[in-house]
Amino acid sequence: MRLALTAEEAAFRDEMRAFFTTEIPADIRERGRAGHSIFPDDIVATQKILNANGLAVPNWPVEWGGKDWTLTQHQIWLDEMQLASVPEPLTFNAKMVGPVIAEFGSQAIKERFLPATANLDIWWCQGFSEPDAGSDLASLRTTAVRDGDSYIVNGQKTWTTLGQYADWIFCLVRTDPQAPKKQAGISFLLFEVNTPGVTMRPIKLIDGGYEVNEVFFSDVRVPADQLVGEENHGWTYAKFLLGNERTGIAGVTRTKVRLAEVKERAKALGALDDPLFAARLAEVENDLLALELTQMRVSSDSADGKPNPASSVLKLRGSQLQQAVTELFVEVAGADALPFEAGEGIASPEWAQHAAPTYLNYRKTSIYGGSNEVQRTIIASTILGL
Amino acid sequence: MDFQLSDEQVLLRDTTRSMLSGYDTETRNKVVDTDPGYNPQVWKQLADTGILGLGFDPQESGPLEIMVVLTEIGRRVAPEPVVHGALGPGALIAERGDAEQRKLLDAVAEGDQILAFAHTEPGMRSETGKVTTTAVQQGDSWLLSGRKNPVLAGDRADTLVVSAALPDGGTGLFLIDGSADGLTRRPYRTFDGRRGAQVDLDKTAGTPLGESTDATAAIEHAIIRISSALCAEAVGAMEEALRLTTEYLKTRKQFGVTLNTFQTLTQRAADMYVSLELARSMSLYAAMSISDGNLDPVIAARAKLQIGRSGRHIAQEAIQLHGGIGMTWEYPVGHYAARLTAIEHTLGSSQDQLHVLMDNLDSYDLAKL
Repeated sequence: MRLALTAEEAAFRDEMRAFFTTEIPADIRERGRAGHSIFPDDIVATQKILNANGLAVPNWPVEWGGKDWTLTQHQIWLDEMQLASVPEPLTFNAKMVGPVIAEFGSQAIKERFLPATANLDIWWCQGFSEPDAGSDLASLRTTAVRDGDSYIVNGQKTWTTLGQYADWIFCLVRTDPQAPKKQAGISFLLFEVNTPGVTMRPIKLIDGGYEVNEVFFSDVRVPADQLVGEENHGWTYAKFLLGNERTGIAGVTRTKVRLAEVKERAKALGALDDPLFAARLAEVENDLLALELTQMRVSSDSADGKPNPASSVLKLRGSQLQQAVTELFVEVAGADALPFEAGEGIASPEWAQHAAPTYLNYRKTSIYGGSNEVQRTIIASTILGL
Repeated sequence: MDFQLSDEQVLLRDTTRSMLSGYDTETRNKVVDTDPGYNPQVWKQLADTGILGLGFDPQESGPLEIMVVLTEIGRRVAPEPVVHGALGPGALIAERGDAEQRKLLDAVAEGDQILAFAHTEPGMRSETGKVTTTAVQQGDSWLLSGRKNPVLAGDRADTLVVSAALPDGGTGLFLIDGSADGLTRRPYRTFDGRRGAQVDLDKTAGTPLGESTDATAAIEHAIIRISSALCAEAVGAMEEALRLTTEYLKTRKQFGVTLNTFQTLTQRAADMYVSLELARSMSLYAAMSISDGNLDPVIAARAKLQIGRSGRHIAQEAIQLHGGIGMTWEYPVGHYAARLTAIEHTLGSSQDQLHVLMDNLDSYDLAKL
């Protein structure tokens, strides 16, 4: 047992730290730190720099731009990126559709999509959830009917995050409504969002902003060669994707950076002298370090590359702590949290004006990526055998 | 980073586990209810395997092995006073004692001598605070007066390591023979089935442990080491409390179905698992830090705070998810709850740990391991 990084790991950390803090423009990182990244420009610009240096998709197979890294190296890459407030590679590309195509796609599909996906030349969005298929994803009803060399897609998706910037959508569709199990008749289809018959409608959220969308499909004609893998095998690909999504979703280092900022604000306002507040801050810090150590244990485990069921612990606890920090921001802001984008000359500082909307926005973290209730069910069944 | 046990550590774990496997609840309750409150045969076996001397020789195995052993002790709520009667005070003697005093450790490691660390005093709110027991020098000898309580394993300790205020300031450490004149002990049981005593000293002769100088650093080290061992013990207790709970949920039937049919119960069991893993991480952190030679009170506080939170959560839920049977003396789960409660309140409560962290909050920006 050894807590410290090996000399090789420490050198790798230094290399990552130097890269992220010198190669990614300071203004992009500063906006990232404050939670005001410019969409989509900051994300695209960053991912192109990362990709040019082979650091956008280390989790992919080596032949498609991945790295032959240890799990610990992957964790260091992520931690250092978050420590430097670098916008992370777009999840939909890097962690979702890319690995699915690389694992299950034909050679033609790989060549067509993977380089553009790694470089964020294509911005992908996710067509999974439906109005009646949330946690019960397999009950989805969007259909794709084969018609010559095409599929005709009809139905509706929802909670499609950042779909307003997307070029393409990866979509779970029902290709065999007669299948004996609802999981058996699902396929994984790719198409452009500007295909005739696709309508994207933004959904306004409780923070007043726009992040997710409804997507409607009306007789959308999709070339059949944009099917990933085999018809009716989409559920297998979806489970693979969801397992990958959970990994690295805890955001431990990002939360630490946010927590350091709350502390800085609290200190400036004298709130750190309030023992009630100081106790809560100290406790959240401790919770976060306990989670970081747990993440280190998971990532140093000589696993076989499969998603570790312990990643459910990381997602569950990570989301709770992300939320806890947003609550601390609101508390430090106090009454200054009430005005919102109130304009010039208002005494309430900008960070305080954004504290409450961010708190409200972050309620999402225990819902997305498999709600925390779903994670508990995974822990209870997979780990505890209940 | 490497969180894997070595082959030797795995062997030690398995040996300890099988040594303690006789402790079902009935056996343990019987042992706890009769003197000396632990099983002398088990004590001898622990000695024969080298467990009672772990950490005494800095060249030999230490903190990680203690962690491994204590987790097994926690798993069976075994009553043998391994930490309070041997390893804790023993490490103090090893750190500070002279060559003659360190010879005592051989007898401890062989299971022939029991020690106790007499430090806590009535009304003491912080374990690193000032003690009111005094030591005065008379000629060549030192005389100690004051009250120590609770002294865990103090009920039958052959030698006590006693902290006392020095005439010129600072806190010294003294060895006192358990049968010394002027020493009165009132032995008792603790609520979790362990043994302890109130020890009153009235001009009792003591020998300075090493030099008769301030030993505050050594006391702090002892508290850090004992805390880490208790954290590991708590992890074992939590693991078993959760295992008992999941077994129960899988087998107990109500409304014609097993309890694991009810999501309200399985979701709570999942949260217990999260608490357990967080506690395990922090226990590893504490032991690995000591193993690296880093005896840091902040790390000790971090670990013990998490263990306190997780232990309380798991203990309470383990009883609740069992229902009435969890309340009974003959069923194991309540004894785990009792032990976890005792650990939380030994050598500083969760609140005390939080105070350590609060006082340190201003000295860094980003929380770091």
